[in-house]
Amino acid sequence: MSYTAWILLTAALVGLSCGMIGVLLILRRMAMMADAISHTVLLGIVVAFLVTRELSGYHMLIGAVIAGLLTSVLIQWLQSRGVQGEASIGVVFTTLFAVGVILIATQVGNAHLDVKHALMGEITFVPWTTVRLPWIGDIPEATLILSAVLLIVVVAIIAFYKEWKITSFDPALAASLGIPVIVMHYAFMSLLSITTVAAFDAVGAIMVVAMLITPAAAAYLWTDRLSVMFGLSGGFGVGSAVAGYYIASWLDTSISGSMAFATGVVFLLSFLMSPKHGLISRYVTVPARKKATSER
Amino acid sequence: MTLLLSPNAWWVLLSMLILGVASGMIGTLAYWKRQSLMSDALSHAALPGVVIAFAITGVKALPILILGAALSALIGAFLVQWVVSSSRIKEDTAMGIVLSVFFGLGIMLLTIVNRTGGGNVSGLDGFIFGQAASMVRSDVYTMGILGLLVIAVVYAAFKEWKLYLFDPQFAKGIGLPSGLMNSLYTGVLVLVIVIGIQAVGVILMSALLIIPAVSARYWTHSFKWMLIGSAFIGGGAGVAGTLISTMGKGWPTGPFIVVSSSAVFLVSLLFGARKGLVVTAIQQRMQKRSPRALPAEAEKSMVKEGGLQ
Repeated sequence: MSYTAWILLTAALVGLSCGMIGVLLILRRMAMMADAISHTVLLGIVVAFLVTRELSGYHMLIGAVIAGLLTSVLIQWLQSRGVQGEASIGVVFTTLFAVGVILIATQVGNAHLDVKHALMGEITFVPWTTVRLPWIGDIPEATLILSAVLLIVVVAIIAFYKEWKITSFDPALAASLGIPVIVMHYAFMSLLSITTVAAFDAVGAIMVVAMLITPAAAAYLWTDRLSVMFGLSGGFGVGSAVAGYYIASWLDTSISGSMAFATGVVFLLSFLMSPKHGLISRYVTVPARKKATSER
Repeated sequence: MTLLLSPNAWWVLLSMLILGVASGMIGTLAYWKRQSLMSDALSHAALPGVVIAFAITGVKALPILILGAALSALIGAFLVQWVVSSSRIKEDTAMGIVLSVFFGLGIMLLTIVNRTGGGNVSGLDGFIFGQAASMVRSDVYTMGILGLLVIAVVYAAFKEWKLYLFDPQFAKGIGLPSGLMNSLYTGVLVLVIVIGIQAVGVILMSALLIIPAVSARYWTHSFKWMLIGSAFIGGGAGVAGTLISTMGKGWPTGPFIVVSSSAVFLVSLLFGARKGLVVTAIQQRMQKRSPRALPAEAEKSMVKEGGLQ
């Protein structure tokens, strides 16, 4: 495959996996949790690097999952100690992120891992680091990891579809049905962490938040059915990722920034145009309804 | 510590002190408004404004960059409110969207400006993590004056803020214009964020607002003392973080300030007089011994917490 094709494939995989996870994120009202985890994953990656002294994908995945779970445990614990929800998220992720940045600035300090790369991602470097697989041939490492993560995410969502649905919409009912709500919560946090770290190479710590939240929020404006929302969100994610790549090559600018921007455009269009929950439909249908009632 | 010898460094430290105090105070307001993470969204949303202001004027003068940052943060705040009020998107989702999309736009523009602008723009990167050492005298004046303005606004209208945050119904009853207070609140929040981003960076600016307030919460139940405590912690962390970041070459200021205030938070969490872990543990032991001896104050505070939160 050509260089551009690999980048497009990687971007599409980021869009798809983030879009799927994002749906659950929005419905569970944990959008800012994604912001928190995407920042603290940096600390996990840095510590994994300092311990193993190599930038292998698997170590980083493990480090990231640990960091992600640690974040959500700490936030829950502070909340249970009476700190406001929002404030406890803010305290935990800024602290862990700051520690990560300090470690990079003081300990790592070389070309392998720099802050800018971690924040903004460098999808153009993705095709250069390849691994050789039997039958398939050379494949970029980041693309391989993203495919594996996407597979895990899709399998986890399909296998426990009903459980996800109930725990997201009505946790009390789920608990009374005997579904382990807490286990589902931490399983979800783990899924979120591995998705974030897999997307990290491509889009970086902050733009991954855009890929997670925005397509799912846009999809939420179009449909009331969970299965449709998964499909739409994944589609929006892939669409914005590909569009972002072409915007970036047109303007000669940051690919990850353009991808985040493209998700924003998709959301804005949905916000204005969606037939059910969009702004325009509101202005069109509300006067019509008023007219109908006054005529009656 | 060669930096301490230069007179400019003293000015930088003084302005970081003012910034810390101002953000600690505004952070307390945001804490009770339950909008801690709004500051995170707004500080990220300021980035494109900084870059656009630079691209239009071509000079790196702080007042112009602050103006750009404030405009773009206000647009962000408006968008969050608009999306929440006119669709079924929840506030945290809207904040996440504004935060990440504005930041993405900022990075897009920054890359373009970096490519076309030549060597003059290198300082713009400092807006991501903050570089207090790069501030010149005029920046310090701008920051100091605006910071003092924010402090003055909080100080002068202390009684009004208290009413606005804790009893909006009563405030309305005695004729306090809630629309004006809302605008004033958003105004000072945005102002303190935009003066801070050069020194602390857009990513970690919110910590300067959130952590001191949460830490001060562990020491007092009184709004007034929480405001004062938070200002102290913020100012102390600002100075300490700036000093530490000057010890290494190219060390960013923001993360060190955050870690300094996190250290204070940790101490408060453990030893804070109100709900600190150690104090709570001692109280629980005492209660076990004599179940009736629940301190009247603790009881009162529980009622208060229930009422306010």
